Amino acid sequence: MNFVNSLLWTIPALPLAGFITLALFGDRIARRSVSRIAVGTVSLSALLALVFAFRFVTAPPEGQAFQQALWSWIHVGSFSVDAALRLDSLSMVMVLVVTVIGALIHLYSTEYMADDESYTRFFAYLNLFVAAMLTLVLADNLLFLFLGWEGVGLCSFLLIGFWYEDPKNGRAAAKAFLVTRIGDVFMLIGMLLLFWHFGTLHIQTLLGAVNTEGHSWHLTLAALLLLGGAIGKSGQVPLQVWLPDAMAGPTPVSALIHAATMVTAGVYLIARMNPIFIHAPGIQHLVAVIGAVTLLIAGLCALAQRDIKRVLAYSTVSQIGYMFLALGAGAWSAAMFHFFTHAIFKALLFMAAGAIIVALHHEQDMFKMGGLRRRMPLVFWTYLIGSLSLAALPLVTAGFYSKDKILFEVFTSEHGKLLWAVGVAGAFITALYTFRMNFLVFFGTQKSEIHKGTGLAMALPLMLLAAGATVVGFFELPAVFGHFTLFSSFIEHTLPGTHGDHASHSLELMLMAVSTAAVFAGIAVAYFIWGSAAKKSSDVTKRPLSRLLASGMGFDWLYERAIVSPYSAGARANAADAVNALYTALVSGIEAIAFSLARTQSGRLRWYMAAIAFGAVVGILLVVYA
Amino acid sequence: MAVIPVEHGLMLATVLFSIGLLGLLVRRNILYMLMSVEIMLNAAGLAFIVAGARWSQPDGQIMFMIILTMAAAEVAVALALVLRFYRQFQTLDTDAANTMRG
Amino acid sequence: MNYVFYIAAAVAVFSTLMAITRANAVHALLYMITSLLSSSLIFFVLGAPYIAALQAIVYAGAIMVLFVFIIMMLNQGPASTEQERVWISGKTWVGPTMLCAVLLAELIWIVRGDPAWLPGKTIIHPKDVSKALYGPYILVIELASMLLTAGLVGAYHLGRREPERREGES
Repeated sequence: MNFVNSLLWTIPALPLAGFITLALFGDRIARRSVSRIAVGTVSLSALLALVFAFRFVTAPPEGQAFQQALWSWIHVGSFSVDAALRLDSLSMVMVLVVTVIGALIHLYSTEYMADDESYTRFFAYLNLFVAAMLTLVLADNLLFLFLGWEGVGLCSFLLIGFWYEDPKNGRAAAKAFLVTRIGDVFMLIGMLLLFWHFGTLHIQTLLGAVNTEGHSWHLTLAALLLLGGAIGKSGQVPLQVWLPDAMAGPTPVSALIHAATMVTAGVYLIARMNPIFIHAPGIQHLVAVIGAVTLLIAGLCALAQRDIKRVLAYSTVSQIGYMFLALGAGAWSAAMFHFFTHAIFKALLFMAAGAIIVALHHEQDMFKMGGLRRRMPLVFWTYLIGSLSLAALPLVTAGFYSKDKILFEVFTSEHGKLLWAVGVAGAFITALYTFRMNFLVFFGTQKSEIHKGTGLAMALPLMLLAAGATVVGFFELPAVFGHFTLFSSFIEHTLPGTHGDHASHSLELMLMAVSTAAVFAGIAVAYFIWGSAAKKSSDVTKRPLSRLLASGMGFDWLYERAIVSPYSAGARANAADAVNALYTALVSGIEAIAFSLARTQSGRLRWYMAAIAFGAVVGILLVVYA
Repeated sequence: MAVIPVEHGLMLATVLFSIGLLGLLVRRNILYMLMSVEIMLNAAGLAFIVAGARWSQPDGQIMFMIILTMAAAEVAVALALVLRFYRQFQTLDTDAANTMRG
Repeated sequence: MNYVFYIAAAVAVFSTLMAITRANAVHALLYMITSLLSSSLIFFVLGAPYIAALQAIVYAGAIMVLFVFIIMMLNQGPASTEQERVWISGKTWVGPTMLCAVLLAELIWIVRGDPAWLPGKTIIHPKDVSKALYGPYILVIELASMLLTAGLVGAYHLGRREPERREGES
């Protein structure tokens, strides 16, 4: 039995081994073997994760967590960091999502990327990403977590700029890297602050110390800094600008990294470090506010996009905003549940969108699509299921249960009424942009030819995830529907429980009715504007408001004016490098001395003799008189 | 058996050494410079002999033999070099060989 | 026998001075042999008969013969003697002479000392030298042999006439 537990390290190690194999021998391996290695390693990880999940439920480990210390990583004086893994219920959820959805996306990619020249490079990066993400969620100390954190950032950079021949993609990759780096710096400082104050980076020890210490300004500051890291990674206001541009990468990458897993690392971080936020209530409230602002802004921006992937990107930002809202309201398990369902339906949406993009020969403009309902039935139905889940259609979709849980718990939390109202408005907007997308893409007249059908490797993940997007909702039913809490009882081994249980059923029903009404209103409005073919027009982007929304509320414009331009102006002004002048002067001074000394190298032997004799004279003089 | 103050022997050695150095500095012909070097080596050997005689030990003489061996080897190589030099520059003027000036 | 030392020393200094001032190479060489032979005499006087013999044989004999050979090979004629005469005249002497005078003064300053140090009271026989040489100084023999081998190889290599340069090479 213990043997199985000791295999914990293989979960991240398998994809890493896949990466190393592909990176070192990739050019000597046939394409079929490349896909076998890439898909195989991640699938094995997924199987192992399932085995661990099964064992977690049937034979719960001591302390509700599997632990494994691998080796002592850094040991300097009193500072000691082990490379150690810890799998508790929170990381279990993350690991399952990363490995299972990761395996499906790998499978999907074998068809999506089939014609790409850099097939091997793509899978090497993807495997490395999975390994880094698993390190992030399994790490039992902050430094090891940070290794995974930076690892996924690196893979994100590499994969956004995967088609680097186009400078636009390279710029998008650099933008993503730099903007997330801002957050990473905050996070690093936060980590150092925690280490400075508590003397450890081991998460469990640290959280124990936090709970005994209680409220202090250190904790408030550390929470703020960690929040900075989380919003950078998760694309929240004001660092959300990189995520829409990150869609420059291949679609499976958008599905895996920029929807399902990496961008939710911020949510994971806050959930993992929840005692720090609990003891810093001001910052926790800020988390909720950031989430609410983000979900509203991103939802509005999604309304005006033409590019199908950018709609999904803004939608991702918006949905992560919901997760932050839940975290801020103390609804830890609701946030993780929404993460779980979102990972499934958003990966589904991205992959279905990818299938459309491939079929239309890399056409991403929704206004050039249309009428695809009959030509691509499988994609249509799976996309519709995903959309319904995203729009939170009541009762049958996973998104409904998770979003409803968030809204309910936000409402019952302290000062939650306004945030709840924002959340409901967000639900309306979500339904609106989701069905705008659906009507534009699948209904109306067909405007583009379909070049290529959808093969099994792409269809299978779509169907599995479509099933998932419906079924996983029933893991967690609200109190009025039988109060079935499989997910939250599982996750509450690790995260604090909720506070809304005592609320009355009538209140719960009423709130549900309001959000349901918002969803249906959104769908209806979408139908009236974009549903009928006659009114469908492509000139919405001409109007100023639409232009503002399409450009992402002008954040890019603002940052360009306020930060990038002054910085480049400063850099240009200092192109001659004022500080360097000192060193240049030093160098030319030495050069001058050297050249003047070089003239003594006359090439005349007798001068050298004279110099030696003179040296002897002076030397003896020193010996005699000193 | 002569009894000579040790500083007289050493003074003779220094005088010979200085004359050798003077020759080395003044002459431009590489052959004369080599001769001057031989004079200087001989003067150094003389100093060793004087010192050895002062303590009545054979060590000074052994040092002289090292110098002698070295002088022999040096002259063999140096004269071969002189031949080369002459073939290269058609002169024995060392100032002609100033191509390595900085 | 003290006067023998002083006469020999005077001859050595004089002949050395002559050696470095001659314009004719053969003359210079003859003066130099004189200088070396007078050194040999001084060694004998100082109680080192073995070294005195070596000085006469190796220095004044073998090494100087090498110089003679080289002078013959280079075939220096009256023209080069004339050239030397021009080179060694005039103010060429001023700087080096001053430098050497200072060095000499310093060295004499160093070696001036207690006149009670009186060397040459005993003769060190070749037997003593040889015993020391093949006893504690055995390494010196090895080093000397290596040095001579290196000299031999070096002289052979450098003295070799270069093969005719082939066409096309610069």
